[in-house]
Amino acid sequence: MGARTAEASILRNGPDTIPQDAADVALAQSGDAQAFERLYRAQVARVHSLARRMVGPAEADELTQDVFVRGWQKLHTFRGEAAFGTWLHRLAVNLMLAHCAAQGARRRYLDEGADPAEVGEARPASPELTMDFETAIGRLPPGARQIFVLHDVEGYKHEEIAEMLGISAGTSKAQLHRARMALRRHLER
Amino acid sequence: MADQWTHRLSEYLDDELSATERRRLDEHLQGCPACRETLEELHAVATRAASLEDRSPARDLWAGVAARIGAAPSEAEAAVGGRWRRLRLAFTVPQLAAAALALMTVSAGSVWLAGPRRPIVQQAGAPATQGPAITASPVAMVEGAYQAAVSDLERVLAEGRGRLDSATVRVLEQNLGIIDAAIAQSQRALAADPASPYLNAHLASTMKRKLELLRQASRLVAART
Repeated sequence: MGARTAEASILRNGPDTIPQDAADVALAQSGDAQAFERLYRAQVARVHSLARRMVGPAEADELTQDVFVRGWQKLHTFRGEAAFGTWLHRLAVNLMLAHCAAQGARRRYLDEGADPAEVGEARPASPELTMDFETAIGRLPPGARQIFVLHDVEGYKHEEIAEMLGISAGTSKAQLHRARMALRRHLER
Repeated sequence: MADQWTHRLSEYLDDELSATERRRLDEHLQGCPACRETLEELHAVATRAASLEDRSPARDLWAGVAARIGAAPSEAEAAVGGRWRRLRLAFTVPQLAAAALALMTVSAGSVWLAGPRRPIVQQAGAPATQGPAITASPVAMVEGAYQAAVSDLERVLAEGRGRLDSATVRVLEQNLGIIDAAIAQSQRALAADPASPYLNAHLASTMKRKLELLRQASRLVAART
């Protein structure tokens, strides 16, 4: 059932990408680890980049591996309603948010005193201008960073973010604004 | 610089304000250069974020994943990979294109070793050594082997297409048509410039796509067997 549904997803994608993905998903669902490796190769950059931005480079490798292991374990639940990459990405976001929650990061973003702008202002002006934009994202407080990455990088809506994080859409908007204000100084000139 | 509207600029940027609020902020922006500048900066941040490119990890993480899902690569596979990587270092671009195609041809044939069909590695490999004479186009060096592999895969697909969804078959045929047209176009261009590294690489890449597509389709057939 799952394999045939994945196969049918061929119809919902462009000719350059789908046959490969859909066939590999169908094969991986039947236990073909080589097919799953091809899916890994196609998706690893996106998942690792998400992990690097959400939790930082130090933990990105381990979390990326966790995502693919979890994806393999839950592959039988993939029904083909969305592209495999979309399904895996959502799984990755959930896993990373759970990781952050376990570390108490969620408490920090709920702390109204943690203003991302203050982080930027504490640094001298010159290095700020040359700091890599991604490095600057990594220096945001965890809550603001997650919301900024999910909204501005990954394209989630505030309502979706609010549901994922268990906060109000208003809080999500406020944190996004603070993150953007802090990052203004770190744009490459 | 901060005023009552500054903290609403992101919502303005994201079109999250009500029509009334938006109109009032529009009016405010006309007379507030500081807010206009901030708005431009916020827009630049959002644009920069949306254009960030994904990067692969610095090291290959697959081995760790494979070990945890019980799919660690065999030593033989690792050895073959190592040999291939070493060989590539000595190749020119056209040679690479031809060699990659030859490798794809053999690997496409080897897919069927595990299946109920007759093995085609021999058919696929034989023309590579006794096939058509080498022409000015490096890709032509392996064309015989390529055609043999394609023919075998097409035959298997034809025999087993009844096991695939009709919609899937339709898409596969459509994609094959697109790829065949691209191959024909590349071959016409190569006729005018047989030694072009770009054209040879492009043709090899397109032929490789066809093999990959046929191989995937055939695997689907095999999975339904």
